[in-house]
Amino acid sequence: MIIAIASGKGGTGKTTVATSLALSIADRAPLFLDCDVEEPNAALFLRPKLDHRREVGVPIPHIDPDKCTYCGRCAQVCVWHVIAVVGRKVLVFPELCHGCGSCTLNCPEGAISELLNVRGSLESGRAGPILFGQGTLDVGQAMAVPVIRQLKHEHLPAAQGAVVILDSPPGTACPVVETMRGADFVLLVTEPTPFGLHDLRLAVQVARDELGLPVGVVINRDGAGDEGVDEYCAAEGLPILLRIPHDRRIAEAISEGKTLVEALPGYRSRFVGLYERIVQAAASWKEGR
Amino acid sequence: MKQVVILSGKGGTGKTSVAAALAHLASQDMRIALADADVDAANLDLVLRPTRLEEHAFMGGQVAIIDPDRCTRCGRCYEVCRFDAVVPGEDRYRIDPLACEGCASCAYQCPEGAIRVQEQQAGLWFRSDTRFGPLFHAHLFAGQENSGKLVTMVKQQARLLALDESRDLLIVDGPPGIGCPVIAASSGANLALLVAEPTVSGIHDLERILATVSHFRVPALVCINKADLNPGRTAAIEAFCAAGAIELVGKLPYDSVVTKAMVQGQPVTAYRPEGAMAGALREMWARIGHKLRNGG
Repeated sequence: MIIAIASGKGGTGKTTVATSLALSIADRAPLFLDCDVEEPNAALFLRPKLDHRREVGVPIPHIDPDKCTYCGRCAQVCVWHVIAVVGRKVLVFPELCHGCGSCTLNCPEGAISELLNVRGSLESGRAGPILFGQGTLDVGQAMAVPVIRQLKHEHLPAAQGAVVILDSPPGTACPVVETMRGADFVLLVTEPTPFGLHDLRLAVQVARDELGLPVGVVINRDGAGDEGVDEYCAAEGLPILLRIPHDRRIAEAISEGKTLVEALPGYRSRFVGLYERIVQAAASWKEGR
Repeated sequence: MKQVVILSGKGGTGKTSVAAALAHLASQDMRIALADADVDAANLDLVLRPTRLEEHAFMGGQVAIIDPDRCTRCGRCYEVCRFDAVVPGEDRYRIDPLACEGCASCAYQCPEGAIRVQEQQAGLWFRSDTRFGPLFHAHLFAGQENSGKLVTMVKQQARLLALDESRDLLIVDGPPGIGCPVIAASSGANLALLVAEPTVSGIHDLERILATVSHFRVPALVCINKADLNPGRTAAIEAFCAAGAIELVGKLPYDSVVTKAMVQGQPVTAYRPEGAMAGALREMWARIGHKLRNGG
């Protein structure tokens, strides 16, 4: 059961919901992956003991000058203009490379090998019974997707049958798609404001319409804004699985690095209920297909 | 012309609310232009309520297409794709367009020449008019790549018009994070205004966005939003800024008036000009304006 927790708009409480959900179902020994590699924050709340770390990146071309004939085929096939052949010189711009390997496959001389170009790191460990993994994009690097992809590749194969919680980055572009891909359910955390509603619609387009995944909604800061999100969810038939009221005490606790269920233990049963409703919704969606 | 980009690292700290207020205040003493560089979740138009003047297609990236008549199901495309974009089906291979990065590796390797890559429309960009000045904004289609390229497009268009009309300031409302759209939004800026939050996440993310803008040599100013939510953490941000010689230009209160203004579709400085929030924003704008006039 892979649950991706996403939002469209930033700062709606994805990490708040994801961490409290993980703690509330800790008896199931869930795997928690922080896929917001640009700004990973879940570790600040779950405080795992991180005992593994490795660098990740993309394989970039390395040209063997003894074999290269400067034919320019590599530069011709690269759609990202990573390689330029100028006279008897081959220039490589590593930061543009997506690591597709096309240049290596197309070089008629077999002159290209690949080297890891580091883009970030993966760390993992445990927070009590919770297995924890996170990716961190290096400062100055542009591409979050390779780090997310490798974070998932590293942990998901061994987690067959386990409950997996993926804390997604904000937005609706490729890093969000990379996070949601392969999930069984997408939980969208929103706030009842015009910004929250606008970005919720976009997130629903990605999760439900483009990826074909079942979707449920959590309304955070309930009561802070207007009725737009409720009306939209009713019109679209999107289940509202949890409401967290607009409450300054919650905001203060989270500002100190406390999770919602640590600050207000009464919420634990509501998060267990949330998990059960997700399982039900995912199952009935599967049947419906 | 000067260019200010509003960033935060962490999402939801109030970038767009601050951007809308600065647009309102700045437009009272100079001629401005606006660019919404958060192209996958653009919200500035919800507050500025612009009149849309132009709409353009944004062509971004390519996607592989398999010709089923020529495909012999040899599986070479599946073998070479590193993005899990070739999906083996029962009777044929299929391309997942959301996973495909358009590298064309499969097209070059296909022994039958059955694969081609085709440019895709990845979004729209708009030129609009607001009561504060022209606004350039965009909509990246759900799940698309190349948000950085679209950000660059929106910003370039805004710059061209602003230069053409001799405008004084371009305000760029940035995206969250530190990756490609943020790097694209920051390029060419005279100043980055970082909207921070006095929370453990907010401080962690402020440090990363600050490292990112300094990496690209954009001078940074910091403003703390919801400063009274956690006075201890606000003091920590102040100490952090002082230690790094980073100017703190504003402390904004934790105030529900921001949400109310948003619901009314107005910058908070126009919605309740006499309030504490509007006062703090005016003081902040005075400091930023001073900074811009003195070289920025």
